Amino acid sequence: MTGRTAITAPADRRGPGAVEPGEERERAQFLFSPWHLVLIPIALVMLIPMAWMLVTSLETLNEVRHFPPTLLPHSPRFSNYTDVLRQAPFARWFVNTVIVTVASVAGNLLFCSLAGYAFARIRFFGREVVFVLILATLMIPFQVVMIPTFLIVKHLGMINTLGALIVPNLAGAFGVFLLRQFFRTLPVELEEAARIDGASRLSVLFKIIIPLSGPALATVAVITFLWTWNDFLWPLITIYSPDNMTLQLGLTTFEGTHQTSTNLLMAANIMSMLPVLLLFFLAQRFFIRGIASTGLKG
Amino acid sequence: MTVAGIGLDNVTKQFPGGTRALDDFCLSVPDGEFLVLVGPSGCGKTTALRLIAGLDKPTSGKIRIGERVVNGVSARDRDIAMVFQNYALYPHMTIYRNLAFGLRERRTPKREIDRRVREMSSILSLDDLLKRRPAQLSGGQRQRVAMGRALVREPKVFLLDEPLSNLDAKLRVQMRAELKRLHQRVGITTVYVTHDQVEAMTLADRVVVMSAGRVQQIGSPQDVYRRPANLFVAGFIGSPAMNLLRGQARGSVITAGELSFRRESVPDREIVVGIRPEALVPGAADGAPALTLEVELVEPLGESALVHGTVVGSHAESGAEEEQAVLTAAGSRAPVTAIFPGAAQPEPGQRVPVAVAPERIYLFDAASTEAIY
Repeated sequence: MTGRTAITAPADRRGPGAVEPGEERERAQFLFSPWHLVLIPIALVMLIPMAWMLVTSLETLNEVRHFPPTLLPHSPRFSNYTDVLRQAPFARWFVNTVIVTVASVAGNLLFCSLAGYAFARIRFFGREVVFVLILATLMIPFQVVMIPTFLIVKHLGMINTLGALIVPNLAGAFGVFLLRQFFRTLPVELEEAARIDGASRLSVLFKIIIPLSGPALATVAVITFLWTWNDFLWPLITIYSPDNMTLQLGLTTFEGTHQTSTNLLMAANIMSMLPVLLLFFLAQRFFIRGIASTGLKG
Repeated sequence: MTVAGIGLDNVTKQFPGGTRALDDFCLSVPDGEFLVLVGPSGCGKTTALRLIAGLDKPTSGKIRIGERVVNGVSARDRDIAMVFQNYALYPHMTIYRNLAFGLRERRTPKREIDRRVREMSSILSLDDLLKRRPAQLSGGQRQRVAMGRALVREPKVFLLDEPLSNLDAKLRVQMRAELKRLHQRVGITTVYVTHDQVEAMTLADRVVVMSAGRVQQIGSPQDVYRRPANLFVAGFIGSPAMNLLRGQARGSVITAGELSFRRESVPDREIVVGIRPEALVPGAADGAPALTLEVELVEPLGESALVHGTVVGSHAESGAEEEQAVLTAAGSRAPVTAIFPGAAQPEPGQRVPVAVAPERIYLFDAASTEAIY
């Protein structure tokens, strides 16, 4: 979809009847480049697991276990989906995941903006040192901090609550870093003009900086969303009652010790993937649209 | 509209790298004056403006706005307005919201905001643009919005940092006149920073010529043009720049190359002789000091022509040269520019006599660079 816009936009701007031979060649190049010989097979390879998941989610358990695999179910079993919803508190998990994800995204946007702005523009003692320390935490694997974090959360009395999933993820070093870098690219005159106009630091951040930082904030939001939505390990160690599980954790309950209902598992997977896919398409459009920041000349 | 004067008392600004942008800088701007800070890049004029605005803090010295010392007062509480070189309009807001931003931040009632924004937009002919965004405006329109945004708050002090430098030549002349008209209308204390001496001359009530963080001269445009305090001011103010020749004063007789004339009460010393291009008249006049100009280049301007050439003598630098002169005569010849009437254009290669009235010759002490009057 986006590819097509890119191809037609230059021609449209010149108006009809303005196509010269040179431009014709340019358009032809856009329609098919040698790169596609590489990209299309890779895309197909990437699509195979998804397609298989979709097919499996529509099969009976016998078809799933058949060898050689059935590539097309004899009659699609949409009832797998309703079975999932009946057998497990799927709606509950979905709501839990949405709560945790929305809270984490909102927290990251707010706190990373505040911290990023401070690191970008406010001079204070030890700024560079603290910033480097925060950056350094990016290099520490989660497994290393998992147990200390668990202990802190336990002392906060939040084990087996949604709070355990939200509070440790309200801000992240990556978001702080990304937003600091982006804020530094904004012309400082805009902030100075706003300060002279009577805006406080917070006012400058919320009324000038944040409205101009759409792409960076979207990046932080998307990354936080994907991370939180798909997180499995942390919910696994902090949540044990089914009522407080997230989707990723809940999905594992379909894997029994002796028997796994693969077809139901895949149906549940498809359903838990939909919001992520939806977000991917929406966010991609947003990235490409970008933001006009041409109030400055020179 | 309340106006207030500005004072800078012994202000020094040293940047962390050790650069001294302002050195013991003193300045006093009375209520309602249009003051222009002018000087080459890096002379500290923008630093001075930012200190007045409160965007930077001075290393030492006092800054006053009205009766109040504002050193510890933040930019938002100084009741000043500033126009930036790149305008710094808020790109995500409509022009209306750009104009209203400062008033909204100060919690002005909505109806009052609307009244003032509409009044300002009609003064600056922005009525049709209020719903647009900065990106949809031309350079001149953005410039007007930037001024409107500053003035709509009715500040005590109006600061402008090279506001016209991003406009094309024609628009610049137009906006310059508009700016002067606006100042006459609102009468607000204005400090204007520019490196363009034409802007300085045309706009200012008083001009402050700066170099290397120090004041070189403060005076009316006529003052700094007619009675430059030193070699730097002489070389900086006036376009084309003043011609400068090395010379000597011996027993009240001044000699520089072919030039020789009497000037009473000038002590014996090495001097620099300054002659403005507009003071050089083609042809030899009776008794007037004269030079022989070997023409190298003629730039016709219609009404007049700039004649560049060389004369016998040795060139002196004023310290205000932005870059190397186009014609650098070697050895015993010095570059000279004269303004001839359009009808009397010489040809390149010609040798023409030029005369100058003795009272239009400036003398500077070669060692101290101070003017000798």
